[in-house]
Amino acid sequence: MKVVVCVKQIPDPADPGALDPETRTLKRDVKLILDESDSYGVEMALQLVDAAGEGEVILVSMAPNGERSGLATALAMGAASAILISDPELVGSDALTTAKLLATAVKDQGADLIIAGSESSDGYTGVVPEQIAGVLDLPSVTAAKSIEVDGSSIKVQRQTDGGYDDVTCPLPAVVSVTAGVVEPRYPSFKGIMAAKNKPVEEKSAADLGFDASQVGWAGAGQEIIEVTDAPKRQAGEVIEDDGEAFTKIVAYLENMKVI
Amino acid sequence: MQLSPDQERIRATAREFARREIAPHAAHWDRDGATPRSLYDRMADVGLMGMMVDPAWGGSGADFVSYALAIEEISAADGGISNVMAANNSPVAAAIEQLGTEQQKTDYLTKLTSGAWLGCIHLTEPHTGSDASAITTRAVRDGDEYVINGQKAFITAGSTADLAMIIAVTDPDAGKRGISAFITPTDNPGYRVISKENKLGHRTNDTCQVAFDDLRIPATDLLGEEGRGLGIALGNLSLGRIAVAAQATGGARAALAAAHAYARDRVTFGKPIIEHQAIAFDLADMATQVEAARQLYLHAAQMRDLGLECAREASMAKLFASEMAERVASKAIQIHGGYGFLNDYPVEKIYRDVRVYQIYEGTSEVQKIMISRNLDTSEG
Ligand SMILES: Cc1cc2nc3c(=O)[nH]c(=O)nc-3n(C[C@H](O)[C@H](O)[C@H](O)COP(=O)(O)OP(=O)(O)OC[C@H]3O[C@@H](n4cnc5c(N)ncnc54)[C@H](O)[C@@H]3O)c2cc1C
Repeated sequence: MKVVVCVKQIPDPADPGALDPETRTLKRDVKLILDESDSYGVEMALQLVDAAGEGEVILVSMAPNGERSGLATALAMGAASAILISDPELVGSDALTTAKLLATAVKDQGADLIIAGSESSDGYTGVVPEQIAGVLDLPSVTAAKSIEVDGSSIKVQRQTDGGYDDVTCPLPAVVSVTAGVVEPRYPSFKGIMAAKNKPVEEKSAADLGFDASQVGWAGAGQEIIEVTDAPKRQAGEVIEDDGEAFTKIVAYLENMKVI
Repeated sequence: MQLSPDQERIRATAREFARREIAPHAAHWDRDGATPRSLYDRMADVGLMGMMVDPAWGGSGADFVSYALAIEEISAADGGISNVMAANNSPVAAAIEQLGTEQQKTDYLTKLTSGAWLGCIHLTEPHTGSDASAITTRAVRDGDEYVINGQKAFITAGSTADLAMIIAVTDPDAGKRGISAFITPTDNPGYRVISKENKLGHRTNDTCQVAFDDLRIPATDLLGEEGRGLGIALGNLSLGRIAVAAQATGGARAALAAAHAYARDRVTFGKPIIEHQAIAFDLADMATQVEAARQLYLHAAQMRDLGLECAREASMAKLFASEMAERVASKAIQIHGGYGFLNDYPVEKIYRDVRVYQIYEGTSEVQKIMISRNLDTSEG
C-alpha cells in the first residue's frame, strides 16, 4: 500500500510572524515547522500502511527556501521519503497553482491513496485537496475521521455537523483528514536519527513542467485585496454566584440546546 | 554550546513528551507516591529508556549530549521519573551493552530498551554509600550458581523494577578487586523488598531497602569478569554525574519558569512584582545560574562523546548544578511568597525534588574530593 501525504510547512503558530504589507500574505522567510493539522494525515497514513503489512508513506510538500524541518518531523514519525517542491518562482502561488504543482509531483508516484489535511493552519483556504483530486481526475472524500482499506476501495467515516457519513470510494482517491481525529505519534529518537538518511527529492517548477508565467504571482488567479482584523469578541455574560447560579447556567445551556 | 539538528530535535521531542505526558500528572503522582507503569512503556516507545544503546539491541543510538538533554527535559516535568529513566539507561543498560554476553543482551538488554522491563542498580548498603568499597553483601560460588546474601538500601525502583544489577563481594580478601557485578530478574525468589522509603522528594518513584536471602543467580549472569564489579558500577560514574547535573538543571529551570510566570501575574503596590527591581534581578540571577549549569553539563557530555577524560568536568557540573538547583528552587518559593509554601503551586514540589541531587551519585563533598585532587596547577 503506497500512501502519499501532502504536508505543509508553516511558520510556528507559537511565534506567528507577520504579514507582508505589500502582498498581504504571511511572511515565510522564518524557520518553518510541520503544520500540526498535517500530522494527523501522516499518522493515519502510517497506520494504514501498518495495517496493510506492506508499503510506504511518501510525503509531498511545497515550501520556500528548500525548507525541510517540517518534512524531517514527518520522516522521523516514519514516512519513507519526500518530494520537496521549492523554487523562488513559486512565491505568491495561489491555492489552485499549489494544487496543480502538488498533483503533478504526486502523479508518477503510483499512489493507492493520497491524503491531505482539510485545511492548513496558516492559509485556511481549505480547497487544495479537492483541487488536487480535480486535477488528477480522482474521487475526493473530505473531512475523513477514519479510513479503512477494503480491497480496492476504502470505507471512510466523513465528519458532518450532526455525526458522520459512511462513504465508500474506489482507489486511488484523495482524502482530506480532519485535525484531531487520531493521536499523532511522537517521532522516536531512532526515527529522528534515521530521518536524515531518508531521500528528499527537490523539484523546481520547471522540473514539474511549469514555466514562470504559470506559477507564483504571475500565475495566480487570485489577489488579496485587503486584510482586516476579525471583529473583537463580545464580552461574555458574567453570572454572579448567589447560591442559585446553577439554575441560570442550566437555563443558558438549555437555551443553546446543548443539554 | 551549539547543538546539532538531531540534538535539537531529540530535545524538542523529549520536551513535548514531558509537557504532555508527565507534567499534567506529576503533582498527582507525587501525592499518590507512585507513577503508572504505562508511562515507562510510552517513554520507551519514544526511545527514552535505552537512548545510547545500539539500535541492534533496540536502543536509539543517540549520543551522550542528547541523553543529557532528554534527562533535563524529563526532570523539568518530574525529578523522580527522570531518575528511574537514568538508572535504566546508565548504569544498567549501558553496563550490559558494554560488558554483557550475547545471551545477556538477548535476554535482558532488549527488554530494557523496549520498556518491557525496568532496571535498577544495587550498590549502596545501609552502612555504606560514599565508600562503595566497604559493601558487605556476599556472593559465594556454588557449582554453576552464585548464592548472594546481604542487604541493600536506597534502591531507586527497587520494588517496581524487573531487572536488578547487583554489586556484591566475591572475594573478601581482595578488597576493591574482590567485588563483582550480577544481573538477575527481581522475581527471583531470593529477592525480597523490605520497605519502600517515605521520602522528602522524588515521591513519584519507589526507593527501597532490599534483602537477598540465598538469592541464587546462574554463573552465566555474572556481568563482566569476577572482581571487576566496582569498576563496572563506578565505571560509568561520569555519565551518572552528568545525568544528575542535567536533572538538577531541569528542576531549577522548571522552578525558574514557575517563578517568572508568577512574577508577571502577582500584583503588589500597584504593579506586577516583576516590575519591582529586586524580583526582576532575582529572576536574572536564577536564569544565569541555570544556563551556567546547563553549559557545564553539556561541556562534560560533549567531552564524553568525543572520548575525552571528563571526570573532573562531570564532577564540577554535578556539584554546581545540584547546589544551584536548591538555591534557585528556594528563590522561586520566595518569589511566590506564602503561596510558594503550598502544594497548590509547583515550586513546593520542585524544592523537595531537587534536594537529593546533592546526595546521590556522589555527595557534594565527594565531588569536592574528586575536584580538589584534580586541581589544575598549570593555570598560574
Ligand atoms: C533518592 C535516592 C535514590 C538513590 N538511588 C540509589 C540507587 O538506585 N542505587 C544505589 O546503589 N544507591 C542509591 N542511592 C544512594 C546514594 O547513592 C547514597 O545515599 C550516597 O552515595 C551517599 O551515601 P550515604 O547515604 O551512605 O552517605 P554517607 O556516605 O554515609 O555520607 C554521610 C555524609 O558524610 C559525608 N562524607 C562521606 N565520606 C566523606 C569524606 N571522605 N570526606 C568528607 N565527607 C564525607 C557525605 O558527603 C555526607 O555528607 C540513592 C539515594 C537517594 C537518597
